[in-house]
Amino acid sequence: MQTLTNRAKLVERKPLSFIERVYLWNILKGLIITFSHIFKKKPTIQYPEVKRTFSPVFRGLHVLNRDEEGRERCTACGLCAVACPAEAITMEAAERLPGEEHLYREEKYAARYEINMLRCIFCGLCEEACPKDAVYLSETFAGANFNRESFVYGKENLLIPNPKTDPEGYAKAKGN
Amino acid sequence: MYRTTDILTNTPNASLSEAGYMVINVGPQHPATHGVLHLVITLSGETIINVEPHLGYIHRSIEKMCESLTYRQFIYTTSRMDYLSSHINNHCCALSVEKGLQIEIPDRAKYIRIILDELTRLASHQLWWGAMAMDIGAITPFFYAFREREMINDIMEETCGARLTMNYMVPGGVMFDLHPNFQKKVKEFIAFFKSKINEYDEILTGNIIFQNRMKGVGIISKEDAISYGCTGPTARGSGVSCDVRKLYPYEIYNRIEFDEIINNGCDSFARYEVRMQEMKQSLKIIEQLIDNIPEGDFQAKTKTVLKLPKGEFYTRVETARGEFGVYIVSEGGTTPYRIKFRSPGFSNLSALNHMAKGNKIGDLVAIMGSIDLVIPDIDR
Ligand code: SF4
Ligand code: SF4
Repeated sequence: MQTLTNRAKLVERKPLSFIERVYLWNILKGLIITFSHIFKKKPTIQYPEVKRTFSPVFRGLHVLNRDEEGRERCTACGLCAVACPAEAITMEAAERLPGEEHLYREEKYAARYEINMLRCIFCGLCEEACPKDAVYLSETFAGANFNRESFVYGKENLLIPNPKTDPEGYAKAKGN
Repeated sequence: MYRTTDILTNTPNASLSEAGYMVINVGPQHPATHGVLHLVITLSGETIINVEPHLGYIHRSIEKMCESLTYRQFIYTTSRMDYLSSHINNHCCALSVEKGLQIEIPDRAKYIRIILDELTRLASHQLWWGAMAMDIGAITPFFYAFREREMINDIMEETCGARLTMNYMVPGGVMFDLHPNFQKKVKEFIAFFKSKINEYDEILTGNIIFQNRMKGVGIISKEDAISYGCTGPTARGSGVSCDVRKLYPYEIYNRIEFDEIINNGCDSFARYEVRMQEMKQSLKIIEQLIDNIPEGDFQAKTKTVLKLPKGEFYTRVETARGEFGVYIVSEGGTTPYRIKFRSPGFSNLSALNHMAKGNKIGDLVAIMGSIDLVIPDIDR
């Protein structure tokens, strides 16, 4: 047959030999292969008891970051919300008052910061867009729940534990 | 060559039941169909008279949605179309944006893209192999296929950050650099899979029971495959040379040595054989590239806000199912004016009626399995 490009490889069928045409032999051969797998290593992971580790770039649930002194990094600039293709992020900005310097790093902060995990497609564009390294995607993945409201994560779910008051929780959330 | 197909003359109507025909619905929630495909089948006894696919159950109006997304964002909606070759879909979108912006991307990014494309193709074909075998009643291959596919998923997760919807392509290159383990893991996978593909052949391809179910069903001639717009392994199983990687090479495919697999069998088994051989070709491509990934940037410098010039841009790539095309009409703004996706699954599905007509109902799943349907790709 003439092909369009002359670069194609034609596969033709070979007629089957007698032994290949015997049904019983084929069934036997299949059984030999499947039974030989009994003695091989199991590829399955016993999930709730054994958990596999994820790579550092894995895009799981979001975390709002704090700096070393435990202050929130986010300045409510809204760049992550603009970058988000799924429109999953909403926020409300507020001015920092005098005396709150230990809570927020910049003069402006997010009074309310919500990510709708049901809308989110875990693309990681918010992480790329953030100029302050305030939001990043962690290695944990979405849990299960009975109602939809619980998947709208507010600041209380997103913020990483304070390294000053809860260093263990902070280290755990950082993943090391 | 134009050929009057008998689709139009054979549509089911009210007089069907009088003629002794029976109309049954398969799907949309049927375990024998892949995803939410709804088939209205007209039967005479056990013989299929007509198959009419009904679409729309998973329509998400992605094309319309893309009109309000920027050129960075719209790429990731295509991962949700053909989720088994999401990487290749992303690749096509990135290519068309690059074409519009006339960015030259670094060599390193090209190599990374091609290697990941071929890994995706392998993973997709593996899943097809398992799912198709399960369709016709062999359960073991399904587990074997998923075992090997797991290794690819691990590689994807380590490098791209996700297992299925990779989102690794950005206009101008790839999102971040390769994981240091990447080359080692891919080589391990190639060595492992080479032994496994022989096992695939032994347990399924050479099996006479399997062959008897696949041979001689779902026949579509070369001319019909062309006139239905079939692409990918579905068309190549009928002897049509249509591999975009060969005909319109993109990235570095013109520098790689591989064969376009063509089979003249025209039946389900021919399409099966094409895919099996393609897996070997994919391995060959990866082997050629994996040791020669050049050093350098993984991403070209691009502006933060991308604006395509006024005009129309079309690019196409070869996904695991066939030719995938992205057509962008730009008015010069930050969002596209109109986007059209040409998905391979839609055209391939349209040939299902032609292939299935005259076969027994039991063969329908064998035919559907050999077309490798992914419903979100058809419906988008
Ligand atoms: S990961 Fe993507 S979809 Fe999710 S919030 Fe961030 S930008 Fe939005
Ligand atoms: S998370 Fe980052 S991008 Fe989003 S509002 Fe806060 S500082 Fe801005």
